[in-house]
Amino acid sequence: MNIPYTSSARPDTGLYNAKLGIWMFLASEVMLFGALFSTYVLLRVNASVWPHGYEFLNIPLATINTVILISSSVTMVMSWAALMMKQFTKYKLYMGLTILCALAFLVIKYFEYSHEFVEGRFPDTNTYLAIYFTMTGLHGLHILGGIVVNAYLWGPGSKMWQTDPVRFTNRVEVAGLYWHFVDLVWIFLFPVLYLL
Amino acid sequence: MESAHVDDIKKSVRKYIMVFAALMALTVITVAISYLHLGVKAAIAVAMVVATIKGTLVATYFMHLIDERKAIYWTLILTVIFFIVLMVLPVSMHLDRLVQ
Repeated sequence: MNIPYTSSARPDTGLYNAKLGIWMFLASEVMLFGALFSTYVLLRVNASVWPHGYEFLNIPLATINTVILISSSVTMVMSWAALMMKQFTKYKLYMGLTILCALAFLVIKYFEYSHEFVEGRFPDTNTYLAIYFTMTGLHGLHILGGIVVNAYLWGPGSKMWQTDPVRFTNRVEVAGLYWHFVDLVWIFLFPVLYLL
Repeated sequence: MESAHVDDIKKSVRKYIMVFAALMALTVITVAISYLHLGVKAAIAVAMVVATIKGTLVATYFMHLIDERKAIYWTLILTVIFFIVLMVLPVSMHLDRLVQ
């Protein structure tokens, strides 16, 4: 079966199908994280006492993680740009760096979580920690999902570059849109949970 | 961006690097401001303004929203409307309680 509009644009939308599809998916993701941000606001405005993350969370580590994630967003878009310029070796380099950044983010998150657990701070300790672990945990799962997809596109999936380069470039663009969204969510999570 | 030429992509790459520098600078500003220990309302307002600028940069340049098709803009406009409702709901419930 031949899937239509994987490389060329549909005449009515002006987009290849996967691009409209990923934006629809990201719209649903906005509502998923939006519901959690909304819950955060609801919990915070009604709490008589609200613990401040900066009093016990590791701000320097979280700042490094922010820098890592922003850097990974740049390497991701550079990997797509490399394919657009037909530079496959550069693509492999930038996509590889993106995956390494994502892994570094998760390793730092592991150390952060471990520290909280050692200090006796768990999701059921208080409402703040419940929403902190829920939001950062869900975000971490998204990072994990991104690593799986990006690793496929870096490894076995990259064979498509030889047979259908336009479709492969589109796949990388779609994975990139997801990855930038994950970065965008963290841009809001960082100040909300760590600094305010 | 489907029919972009190599020269256009090279120009875009320069923009990506500039956006990267701006995002790094804004991250430093976000953390620096948090050490000023402003009041809660001022701190939230400043942090959200900086985060919104950063988010807009990511969406505009890295996600190519500066140059997209109408179908995507319409999808996002609808999403933004529902997102605003989601965010306003808990605050309006709190205002109700304040009035009572």
